[in-house]
Amino acid sequence: MKHFKITTESSRLSARDIAENFDDLHPSLDGAKAITEAARCLYCYDAPCMNACPTHIDIPKFIHQIRSGNLDGSAHTILSENIMGGACARACPTEILCEEVCVVHHTEGASVKIGELQRHAVDHLMDEGGAHPFMRGPLSGCTLAVIGAGPAGLSFAHRAAMLGHDVVLFEAKPKAGGLNEYGLAGYKMANDFAQTEVEFLLAIGGVRIEHGKVLGDNLSLDDLRTAYDAVFIGAGLTAARGLGVDGEHFAGVGDALEFIENVRRTEDKSSIPVGDDVVVIGGGNTAIDAAVQAKCLGARNVTLVYRRGPDAMTATQWERDLATANGVIIRYWAAPKAFSGGANVERAAFAAMRIDNGKLTPSGDSFELPADMVLKAIGQTLDSAIFGNLKLEGGKIDVNEQYQTSLPGVFAGGDCIKSGEDLTVQAVEDGKQAAIEADNMLREKLKGAAE
Amino acid sequence: MSDLGCIIGGVESINPFWLASAPPSDKKYNVERAFQAGWGGAVWKTLGVDPPVVNVTSRYGVHRTHDRRIIGINNIELISDRPLDINLREIEEMRREWPDRVIIGSIMAPIDEEAWKSLAIKVANSGVQGIELNLGCPHGMCERGMGSAVGQAPALVEQTTRWVREVVDIPVFTKLTPNVTDIIIPAAAAKAGGAHAVSLINTVNSVIGVDLNNMTPTPTVDGRGTHGGYCGEAVKPIALHMTAEIARQPETQGLEISAIGGITTWRDAAEFIALGAGAVQVCTAAMLYGFRIVEDMNEGLAAFMRDKGYRSIADFKGKATAQTVDWNELNINHDLKARIDDEACIECGRCFIACEDTAHQAIRIDAKNDGGRKFTVVDDECVGCNLCMHVCPVKDCITMEAVDTDRPYLTWPEHPKNPLRKVAE
Repeated sequence: MKHFKITTESSRLSARDIAENFDDLHPSLDGAKAITEAARCLYCYDAPCMNACPTHIDIPKFIHQIRSGNLDGSAHTILSENIMGGACARACPTEILCEEVCVVHHTEGASVKIGELQRHAVDHLMDEGGAHPFMRGPLSGCTLAVIGAGPAGLSFAHRAAMLGHDVVLFEAKPKAGGLNEYGLAGYKMANDFAQTEVEFLLAIGGVRIEHGKVLGDNLSLDDLRTAYDAVFIGAGLTAARGLGVDGEHFAGVGDALEFIENVRRTEDKSSIPVGDDVVVIGGGNTAIDAAVQAKCLGARNVTLVYRRGPDAMTATQWERDLATANGVIIRYWAAPKAFSGGANVERAAFAAMRIDNGKLTPSGDSFELPADMVLKAIGQTLDSAIFGNLKLEGGKIDVNEQYQTSLPGVFAGGDCIKSGEDLTVQAVEDGKQAAIEADNMLREKLKGAAE
Repeated sequence: MSDLGCIIGGVESINPFWLASAPPSDKKYNVERAFQAGWGGAVWKTLGVDPPVVNVTSRYGVHRTHDRRIIGINNIELISDRPLDINLREIEEMRREWPDRVIIGSIMAPIDEEAWKSLAIKVANSGVQGIELNLGCPHGMCERGMGSAVGQAPALVEQTTRWVREVVDIPVFTKLTPNVTDIIIPAAAAKAGGAHAVSLINTVNSVIGVDLNNMTPTPTVDGRGTHGGYCGEAVKPIALHMTAEIARQPETQGLEISAIGGITTWRDAAEFIALGAGAVQVCTAAMLYGFRIVEDMNEGLAAFMRDKGYRSIADFKGKATAQTVDWNELNINHDLKARIDDEACIECGRCFIACEDTAHQAIRIDAKNDGGRKFTVVDDECVGCNLCMHVCPVKDCITMEAVDTDRPYLTWPEHPKNPLRKVAE
């Protein structure tokens, strides 16, 4: 467990301390350690880890390839199922995916470090900087439009390009990568990895990105449907939820994702303003990323407040441990009631909560925390207004098993669809599968036209 | 209290663990450290006729498992490259300073009666308790007509043994090469020549690996490589077999055996002794871990003997020999079925794929209610081969259960399907 430099009673962080805090969270495995770790893998048949991975990477095979010294082959095995295997190796909550079901846990008490091994193989291939490992198939003459250059859109674009189609990605922000670029803690994507990966992925060719294109502003779904052979929506969830409590308007009360984005965009981390008493509201990995980064920036007190108990928290145990090991206090069973202050927020009031007849209800007790910075990490929602007459389900885009939306020729995947799981690795899988489905559809169409 | 003391070929030793004739027993400094660590004896690195040989640099290659443990070493080092008189002086000193330990002088000479005899006499005069004839070295020396070139010619094995017997009155050990088709032939020749014991195995001829960047065998000497002698854990099964054969075949029965070949722990030693060895020699384990490896060899063997009620090495020497038979004497009616312990199973699927791809399709996978997989042996297909049990990573999860067939002990020579069967008269 990494221990960051944190502010203590007697000292505050220097600019150098802060910069070091944003170095790589996990040191990369060196060659000898990787081989020793790889040797722990049992090479299971129809392996549980492989089935637990949303992208179904052949994990026993890639680990065997590390062991045999075929590192490029290992990376190829990973990337052929998950082109963002590098980001996933860094950001995946492996403790609830592949590593949770690794059977070596039963024989040795600890799972094979699949994520670290994956990173070892993929980093090796990317660091070599050779030719892109995948070839494009025969060109189809089709051009596909993608809304959003996040993990889902990039994965879709790469697979579609591989299958012979040209792709134009439309992205609102100045950089591609989506949450990998803007929504994860800096130490998880150190050394500008998100951009390195985007460049790597685009090297397949046939993919162009247009930045500053915002759906509902200078981009319309109808126009894209007319101009392109197919459209993929990987727009994510862009509307911030509100708490709906008094004082949310105070300066210092903000959205955790915006805070994280600001941290990621700022070169000199020591210039980022951070409070002395930071309160983070929420129970997911974004809440943890915000809280721990606040500590990394030098916040004196950081309290994460979650309205339910530990069992309901979606942040993984590993993430929680990282937070508590670095001085973040986690308080369960408390919901924000109001914020108060002067020019800036000064206090946050909470109602203690409990489960009553299966329902989350205030217990009657309340408390206040000093707060000069409040970060809301209570999830994002779909900005439904921009999708026109696209059918939604439960506030998200409705797709069938082929990732097709209610509009012909329009596919969707990632966080914006109803099965969206809030995981990079799921978004990559959605994009990959949607590209395969779009390809099937286009080939049927081309065949029909030819007959 | 169990006594680790033993007598092999007439030589008494405080324990059955000797350093084999090899780099670790090259000189006084090393052998002294070995004796301090607890080794019962040392067979001095092979002495030749002056002038001494010259060795090359880059001498060892290794065979690793996938987790990088070394299971075998291959060496292209020759016999002692130090002058004979220095070696003999050191042996004399060691005999004087360590009277309770054994030093055997290993010797090698060209096929010449005078050369063998005079060398044997000189070495015997240094005070060694026995002479070992190196007829096994499979690299370098054999190209000069020595080592395995002698060991592979039974008449020469007998001849050299006899020559040495004729001039010394201390025990003679003939060290055999495994690089032969039938170990019984040279072993019987050594017996005929009067050997008090045979030492085996010497190293197995091998190329340990190829450097694929430079396209050279390893170890590489200035861009070229050669075959060498393979030793260590990986050769133990070969050595066990040869030990067992010498102990049980009529031609060699009763010939004493100083067993060598991959002995790394007390358990390895116990296995050799059970198959008929009187004592053992070790090299690779010491080269990989240092001389202190003998501490647990001594302690572990003593504990095993105490546990089993053996008061001496002789008590269990050859205890497994009678059970070591030809295939033709095995009971074809014996029947085993694999049993998988669901509680212990971690659901890796290794047993399934091993059986499905390469054996008898005798393991079935069923989905469990918890989403897991249940592995079940299909008795009608299971031939009791043990493969699933061996590949299973969990100890005792898969066991082999004897099936009561109610059928009598039946061997192949008596089997109804054998066209050449012996019918009871």
